[in-house]
Amino acid sequence: MTTTPASTQASPLPGFAFILKKALISAFVALVLFSLMIGIRTEAGPTGHLIYWTRFNDLAALVGAVFGGSIVVELLRRWWAPSGIGKALPQSMQRPLDFAGRAIPPLLLIFTLLVPVIFYNQRYILDLGILVLTYVMLGWGLNVVVGLAGLLDLGYVAFYAVGAYSYALLSTTFGLSFWTCLPLAGILAAFWGVLLGFPVLRLRGDYLAIVTLAFGEIIRLVIINWQSLTGGPNGISAIPRPSFFGIPLTPGDDGLAARLGIEFSPTHRIVFLFYLITALALLTNWVTIRLRRLPIGRAWEALREDEVACRALGINTTTTKLTAFATGAMFGGFAGAFFATRQGFISPESFTFQESALVLAIVVLGGMGSQLGVALAALTLIGGFELFRGFDQYRMLVFGMAMVLLMIWRPRGLIGHRAPTVFLKHRQAISSDLAREGRG
Amino acid sequence: MSDDIILQVDHLMMRFGGVVAVNDLSFQAERRRITALIGPNGAGKTTVFNCVTGFYKPSSGTIRLIHDGGRIVQLERLNDFRIARQAKVARTFQNIRLFPGMTALENLMVAQHNALMRASGLTFLGLIGAPMWRAAEKHAIDQAKRWLERIGLLERADDAAGNLPYGDQRRLEIARAMCTEPALLCLDEPAAGLNARESAALSQLLLSIRDDHGTSILLIEHDMSVVMEISDHVVVMDYGVKIAEGVPKAVRDDPKVIAAYLGADEQEAIAVMESTP
Repeated sequence: MTTTPASTQASPLPGFAFILKKALISAFVALVLFSLMIGIRTEAGPTGHLIYWTRFNDLAALVGAVFGGSIVVELLRRWWAPSGIGKALPQSMQRPLDFAGRAIPPLLLIFTLLVPVIFYNQRYILDLGILVLTYVMLGWGLNVVVGLAGLLDLGYVAFYAVGAYSYALLSTTFGLSFWTCLPLAGILAAFWGVLLGFPVLRLRGDYLAIVTLAFGEIIRLVIINWQSLTGGPNGISAIPRPSFFGIPLTPGDDGLAARLGIEFSPTHRIVFLFYLITALALLTNWVTIRLRRLPIGRAWEALREDEVACRALGINTTTTKLTAFATGAMFGGFAGAFFATRQGFISPESFTFQESALVLAIVVLGGMGSQLGVALAALTLIGGFELFRGFDQYRMLVFGMAMVLLMIWRPRGLIGHRAPTVFLKHRQAISSDLAREGRG
Repeated sequence: MSDDIILQVDHLMMRFGGVVAVNDLSFQAERRRITALIGPNGAGKTTVFNCVTGFYKPSSGTIRLIHDGGRIVQLERLNDFRIARQAKVARTFQNIRLFPGMTALENLMVAQHNALMRASGLTFLGLIGAPMWRAAEKHAIDQAKRWLERIGLLERADDAAGNLPYGDQRRLEIARAMCTEPALLCLDEPAAGLNARESAALSQLLLSIRDDHGTSILLIEHDMSVVMEISDHVVVMDYGVKIAEGVPKAVRDDPKVIAAYLGADEQEAIAVMESTP
């Protein structure tokens, strides 16, 4: 362990005075900013005149927190190099970390499968688990487009909506079962993915992001305004619940509980939904992992790295981009169909831009292209959001601060490296500093 | 020798607005030979390259690629990726364009995309792990391994391409282009930034590509030692037009070429040459 002090001293240390100076500047900025926002509280009095009072204690506490926090952040940055843990940590720490990295995915999977057993009586935990897994699946789906192919898609929720409405309309109008509609929802969403892909193929970077953003909004507006088909803002209700491969999960005589000879409980359906979304998410994951090792997946990553070089190698970048859009959209469609069957009611309100932003945040926070990272990020974001419920009105503030801190330490996401898809001798992780984020 | 031509460029013209980058250029490259395209900075060499490889659409003129069996491909009518795929023209770039976040091996695997795509049954056979796909993948890895061995990078196969030293990146880019199994290999300044030892190794690599693989090479180069040593035919350009062509020695002694490189006019150059023994 002699390497530990050596490696920390090796990095340039501008000294405590520098940290103090930085903290003082931050505190001063905070003072200027908050003196009016926090320091003085104004309100309209009972007769309409202005009353105001000062809150210097709160102001002082906040400025103090900024001062202290700035020092803490600086010190933490000393210990953890800004880009990835690998560089700052001594060699002796590297091996346990590698081991942890390899042990986490199976442990997470086992834990996920055991959640309904452990928390059988806690409906809240089960519902939260389903929500987290839905976002894990959406994150994995968007990861194909953003993380692998490097195409910034801000309208991913559109495919989620297409999937949800496909299932809702097909099942309520034609009485098709969930298992028939699931592939149809995926295919329809993929079709819309290709449809979106065509006009945006020529666009890159920011322009692509803007058009996909608009596409997401267009789908939502069409759903709101096409009253005769979609029910407009009222949405679609009484969407059939999923059946256990044809056997309904109802208290009736032909229900699953009656057939198995056990007492009916509404929790059965929740547990079934939990395993259903787990299976769907795992399918997404499995397909993505397989695709990465196939030429199409490698072409996606190559496209993210350098589009011009791809074309020089004879890769049709048009179809490559379209397949990325279609694949990502298909998984979004599956997730949408699941969402519709779980809720039993859908309306355009569920498919706002905020959802797209949240899924994108999951992908970026997880580390672009990393499957494990996306899963962890979904857990952190959705679970953390629930965890901070106790903070009440400060929830968003605490949450935002946690995000900022995370991004300072891990600017490339929670998992800051990519695993090669093929290797000769040993699979060694590649730092994300080398990988490009894609320009469209 | 007219039936042993691989690339025939006729009256090529490329305009960017009012600027004529290439003006009525005609030349040919012979099969299984190294043809060098040289000229001072801004002579239009890279523009010619971009026309040949389809990155630019020429304003006028024809570029024909004649395959071994006599099949003729009109390059000026094809898109960039179709030129690489159908006409079997591969290229490298002046400023290296590898996939920096992918390993050296992965870079060479991406180059075999089209063959692998067919073998994987447009992904569907690959997804279920069909034996046909497994065999094709193994074959592709073997091919990549052979090339890594040729350029001396087998030990670093699993390293990120962006982490390799500059000279290795240059050679890896050539190997990646060769993995597409091209008929014509276009190299844009492959020796730029290499030291004397590295450019000597590069010369050997290019000669072996010509002799062992029978691949024709079209080369832009500033490093005259490389050009003079390995090229069979040299085309000299200045201000978008061809000013000389021939075997390396003849070109080197051409007063027009010396004038173009020294920036003097022709008469002065002749005077300089005559005064030196």
